[in-house]
Order: sequence, then C-alpha cells, then structure tokens
Amino acid sequence: VCIHRVRSCSGIRFIKSKYVCVFDKSALKFSHQQRLFRTSAVSRGQIVQFKLSDIGEGITEVTVKEWYIKEGDSVSQFDSICEVQSDKASVTITSRYDGIIRKLHYNLDEIAFVGKPLVDIEIDASKGVAPEEDVVETPPMSHEEHTHQEIKGHKTLATPAVRRLAMENNIKLSEVIGTGKDNRILKEDILNYLAKQTGAILPPSPKAEIVPPLPKSETVPAAPKDRARKIPVPVSRPIVFSGKDKTEPITGFHKAMVKTMSAALKIPHFGYCDEIDLTQLVQLREELKPIAQIRGVKLSFMPFFIKAASLGLLQYPILNASLDESCQNVTYKASHNIGVAMDTEQGLIVPNVKNVQVCSVFEIASELNRLQSLGSAGQLGTNDLSGGTFTLSNIGTIGGTYAKPVILPPEVAIGALGKIQVLPRFNGKGEVFKAQIMNVSWSADHRIIDGATMARFSNLWKSYLENPASMLLDLK
Amino acid sequence: MVLQASLKNCLQLSCILRTPKAGFRSTTSRSLIIQSTSNDVYQNLAVEDWIHDHMNLENQQVLFLWRNSPAVVIGRHQNPWQECNLRLLRQKNIKLARRRSGGGTVYHDLGNINLTFFTSRKKYERMENLKLVVKALKALRPQLDVHVTDRYDILLDRHYKISGTAAKLGRTTAYHHCTLLCNADKFVLSSVLKSPYKGIKSNATPSVPASVKNLFEEDPSLTCELLLDAIAEEYAAQHQTDHHVTIINPADETVLPGINNKTKELQTWEWVYGKTPKFSISTCFNMVYKDSVLDVKVDMDVKHGRIEVCNIDLPEQWLPPALCSELVKSITGSKFCPTETTTLAATLLRVCPQDGELQSRWNLLCENMITLM
Repeated sequence: VCIHRVRSCSGIRFIKSKYVCVFDKSALKFSHQQRLFRTSAVSRGQIVQFKLSDIGEGITEVTVKEWYIKEGDSVSQFDSICEVQSDKASVTITSRYDGIIRKLHYNLDEIAFVGKPLVDIEIDASKGVAPEEDVVETPPMSHEEHTHQEIKGHKTLATPAVRRLAMENNIKLSEVIGTGKDNRILKEDILNYLAKQTGAILPPSPKAEIVPPLPKSETVPAAPKDRARKIPVPVSRPIVFSGKDKTEPITGFHKAMVKTMSAALKIPHFGYCDEIDLTQLVQLREELKPIAQIRGVKLSFMPFFIKAASLGLLQYPILNASLDESCQNVTYKASHNIGVAMDTEQGLIVPNVKNVQVCSVFEIASELNRLQSLGSAGQLGTNDLSGGTFTLSNIGTIGGTYAKPVILPPEVAIGALGKIQVLPRFNGKGEVFKAQIMNVSWSADHRIIDGATMARFSNLWKSYLENPASMLLDLK
Repeated sequence: MVLQASLKNCLQLSCILRTPKAGFRSTTSRSLIIQSTSNDVYQNLAVEDWIHDHMNLENQQVLFLWRNSPAVVIGRHQNPWQECNLRLLRQKNIKLARRRSGGGTVYHDLGNINLTFFTSRKKYERMENLKLVVKALKALRPQLDVHVTDRYDILLDRHYKISGTAAKLGRTTAYHHCTLLCNADKFVLSSVLKSPYKGIKSNATPSVPASVKNLFEEDPSLTCELLLDAIAEEYAAQHQTDHHVTIINPADETVLPGINNKTKELQTWEWVYGKTPKFSISTCFNMVYKDSVLDVKVDMDVKHGRIEVCNIDLPEQWLPPALCSELVKSITGSKFCPTETTTLAATLLRVCPQDGELQSRWNLLCENMITLM
C-alpha cells in the first residue's frame, strides 16, 4: 500500500512530498485506524500519545534528565524532545510527529517507562498521523557507502552526506539534476530542487553540514559544461530574514561595568593628550629584554610606563588621591597601586601592581607577568583587583592613537596609551629622522585636578620616557 | 570552493570505507577503525559528536581510538562541583569537559586510552564491545585476570577497575565508549576526583568511586600502543575488516565539515558548567579576622550554572548591611564562577566608602565566598 500525502506548510516551511510505503500488516491496521480517526476528527488537531520507544538491552525504565521543549511548543519530526538516562547511557528522544506539545507526562528526574506515553502531541487533523514504522522509500535506498547507486538503471553519484540530506527531505536522487563532475549530485542541487518546489529560500538547517543555497552571483565558475546546464532560479523570491532580536539580562562582567561606569558618570572629566617620542626607550628595552628573559620575566613597555608614572606621582600626589562621597575631603594615598587594564575572554578587568613607589622596573615586570597569567586563567583574587589608586590602559596593543578613557572610581586620573607608530619627525638640527611615536590621553577629575597639574605631570612622565637615563636620577 | 573540497574529502573518507576484502564485495559489515592525532579532549569529543550526527551506520560500524592530555571528563547530567576539585584543576591547568554520554566522572591523561564503538541504534550492544576488549587483552597477555562486570566495568584481579563505560543513543545511531587504564597518574587521578565542596544537594548523577589500577602495574611491558594495536586487531577480526587504522585530524574541516563549531561548543561555559542540573548549596565557613573567628552561613540555589538565589548570614554589623545586600544582589543572576564573583566584588568596593578596614573585611569575605566555587 502506497500512500501519497502532501502536507501543507505554514510560514516559511516548504512543501514536502512524502512517500510512505507501508509493508507491515500492523501498519495496515494502523492506517485503517487512521481513517476512522479522520472521519471522527474535530476541526482541532488530534492528540496523539507519543510513547517512549524501546531503548534496547532490555531496559524498561529511564530517568528524565532534561526537557528540550515545553507545553505549547511546536515540534517537527526528528526534533529532540528530551534527554533520558539509563544506567550510564544518555538517550536523546526525538519526535516522530509534527505538531504541538500538549502535555509532558513526566517532570525532571522522574522515572519514565518504556512503552508508556512520554508526551502528548497535537497533530493537525488534515495532516494525518505518521505510521509507527520508519519512513521507507520505494525502491528502498541503499545505505551503503558506495558513491554511486543504481536506480532504474540510472547511476546517481552522490556522497553519503548528500544522500542523507536527500533522505531526510524524502527526495529521490534520480529526480535531482546533478551539477557536479560526472553529473554528481551536490548539496546545492538538493537545495535547489527543494527551493524549486517551494519557491522560497530555505531557512538554514540546525545541522552544521547543511549550507544555505548560495545566491547565484556568488557561485564559483564551474566547468564550462556545468555553466551550460541551466538551473532554473525562481525570479522574484520573497527575501525571508529569519534573524530575531535577542534580549538577555545583564550579569557578571557586564553588570560590573555598568556599576563602575554609572559611578564614573558623576566625575567631571577633562582630557589632556600628548605625543611621546619613545625612540630611546625602544632601544633600551631591546637591550634589557634578554636580561629579563634570563631571569624568567617577559619585559614589555608597561613596566617603564608604570614606574615613570609613579615617579611623576611623587611630584604631583594629588593625581594619586581620592575624593570622598560628599566632596568634602581629599585623601592623598601613600601607596602607588597602579592599575593595568586587561582584556580577558570574559571582559575588562583592572588588576593593580601594589606599591610601585618601592618597586624596581624589573619587579614591576615580574608582577605584571604574574597578574597577566592569573588574569588569563581567570584566577585573579579580590586583593589583586582592589585598592588601585591610578590606572594605565594600554589600548595601543590592540590599536588606536588617541582615546578618551573613563576614570575608575575612587581614583581621580587615568591614562590611555595608543599604539607605537614609526613617524617622521624633525630633530634639533632640522633633519628628518625616524621616530617611534606613541600618543597618551589622560583624563582627570576636574573637581580637584586642574589642567596645569595634569599638563605638568604629563610633561614629567614624558621626559622620563623620552630620556630614560633621566629616570636614574630620581629612582628610589 | 569549500563545498567541492569537502565533497572530495567525503569521497576520500568513503573511499577508505569502501575497501572491500579481496574480490568480495560485502554488503553487510564494512567497519572502520580510526585514530585521532589530537590529544585535546574537546576536539576528540567533537569527533564523537560528528560521527554520531553525520555518519550513516546502517551497514557499517566504527571504532574510534583516542587519548587525551590531562583532563577531567564529567557525564552529561553531572555536577562538576560535586565530582571534582575545580580549584585544583584550575591550578594544575587540567581541562574540564562535559561529554554527551551519561555515566560518571573520569580522569584522562596520556596513560589512559579511550575507545568508542559506533553502531546503528539497533545494533547498540555494550556487553559485546567490552567482551571484545577483554578478548584482546587476553590475547595479548593470557595471564591477565580481567573480566566484565554487569555494571559494564572491566575489573583487574576481580577487584581493581581498569575501565569505565558510558553511552549515547540518538535517533538512528548510538555509541558506547569506555576508558582503559594503562599507565595513568593515579595520584593526580585521586586528588582531582575528590570534591572539597560541602553542602551540595543535587539530583545530578553521582559517580561511584572505585579502586583503580593501571595495567602497567600488573605487567610493565604493556604500553598504550600495544593495547591500542591489540584492540584494533581484535575489532578487525570480529568485524571481518582490514586491520588498518585510519588516522584523522580532528581539526580538519575538509574531512569533518563543521567539526570546529562542535569543538567550540564543547568548550563554552554554558555547556561545561551551564548544563549542570539545578542544585543548592547550604554551607558555612569560619573566617579568622584579627583576633576573632567568625561564622558565616551561606545558602545558594544554582540553576544553569547561575546563582538564582543567594543568602549570606554574617555576624551583625561586621560589614555594613547595605554593602552585603549589594553583593547578594550583584551575584544573583551571575555565573557561579570565581572570576565573575571576584570582579563583581572588586567593582562594588570601588563605589563604597574608602576605608582600609572595610576593604580588608570585604576581601576576606569575598575570598571565602569564592572558595565555594
């Protein structure tokens, strides 16, 4: 008995022709029952009890571990319904029907029984009910891993992946025009065949291997004979964009940023920018890098920037201060705990190097290494992340020149460092030379810091870095 | 074009599959033995997923051989906090992975071999697979006392577990995988599989601890290579196929299109931690501050790996109550994860009165909270 059924589609689903071949007596009985169902069916869909099928190995009970759907959801045949577990085996139960879930017979962690109803699915009356047997195509398709198959004496070349796609959509390979080498049927051919039938662009399948059909203009030019074979393209197709807005609550790192930045809003920021010639520092670092390497420490530019900032803060301690809530008192912090903005997988974190005022450049480098490895492993402690008094953000490692950094309360100043670029500059003799230029952008709290202070601090910091030898004079 | 290339390699893979025995075109069993070049647990688990989702196993079976660098692998429905020492894992840089099959937690390192038997759903049969492994072991070393229990474990000398089993069944395909301890680090194994977290109440599948032993301890001449070879040979014999092991690279998109997405998914926090069944923690800890010892009681509900409900009971006025409730409000909805909690705690500190005493108390409380995660 062969029953040909055409199911209507709704929305962006496409028309599928379904060939059903029923060989079994019991199935015949079932189809007879169907007819009875249909004659007595109401305009609403019929509720079918989807029973938990045999798991194998004589198992009769399983525990329901996760539901993938809830009551009211619509499902398609082969969609995952739930995950059950039995004795070290995790089983994905998939739907046999298309329809709407009306009832879940078990809660999480309850025991479900093989052969008893698992869910109730409401099926559209006009669609009818699929038989208990799996869908089989006539003639039965060979599932061997051959690359060609003989149907009606006609060899169809197709890979297993393409075959599977065809089987899942109940397409006879003999009806598809192959555009590959030797008339081989490609994935696109299957998709085009389907598109032809429906006149709509197929929504991308959840399975990774199925690729949405490429617009004709993007197709790589195939062999001449392929170009000659025209694949009919529907002229005006409604462009269906299936993207949806996604709203999710703000948690974790983002929540932390929201809190910090909302507090920072209360601070009246002013900016001050400048250009630093790092030519000498670049050379110095090249010389010192191997020495640090021997000691097991990776030396970047940051330790120099940090130490120079600390030396500057000794002269302008107001930049290392904190204003209280009521703006009545300013506290000059004794320790220079200089924060370094770090970009991790999860987001922005700012650990700080404690007491830079008593650390050598090497010690700062070593501490930075420690913070960086902890940061990337997600193991920074609260102590590393709190107590900062001044912050530097080396955004230049990613890119950019000038920036407008936001002060991290309770601090009163922050500096953003751009990337180091090789640019032409004039020296004292009026000659053009290659200079390593980096831009710095400072932001400060204008309630207690004035422009002159910031400028002088910046000049001092700049002079230390442009002429690293001068740092020696003031190093403590 | 990517499609053409993948097609070509699909053909290559299927050509390999197609090798018929001399002149005899078997339509029944043509099985395949494959081995991974990678020691990355996520990549190898992704290969399992790929085969499960994309290969047609109606008339063919596959044996997949793989080994991982140090990793702890929990079952699909397990709770990592209950099963292992996450702090130790992070310190030692041991990976944590959640597989898609059920069962308990295992420790993998290069001294442990993993075997996955892929069949169609109908042909799923774990006992047969394990008997095959035992047969291979006995063929290699007849004096080995190994047997399969009805819990699908393989025991050495009737007492020591050398293999654990888990399985995954889909709509049309199924796989059964098991471990085999050859020369794993038992010391690390026992320390990472011991959970220090107290007060967890959960319906997650618990692991059943067992005494383990390495085959190497029983017979020092045994190596992973020897075992893999013996098992492959036995499999080839039983499935009437060539004893030929195909090497595959789990990062190769041309042979396994879409594999890298699968690998990525297995590494996401949402999969590894977020899939933990709902659980609650009810515990207390002592904090030593200056000269006093304080009792702190914490109650939390964690769902999808995120803190749903949180309650911290502190001695009165030890910390400003407003700050405490801010902390609770902050971490509610966030991941049950030390990094997130640390970040949130540090942020909150920025916006509260700058008092050294307060800061050190705050840090102490937060450090202790984080030890729960």
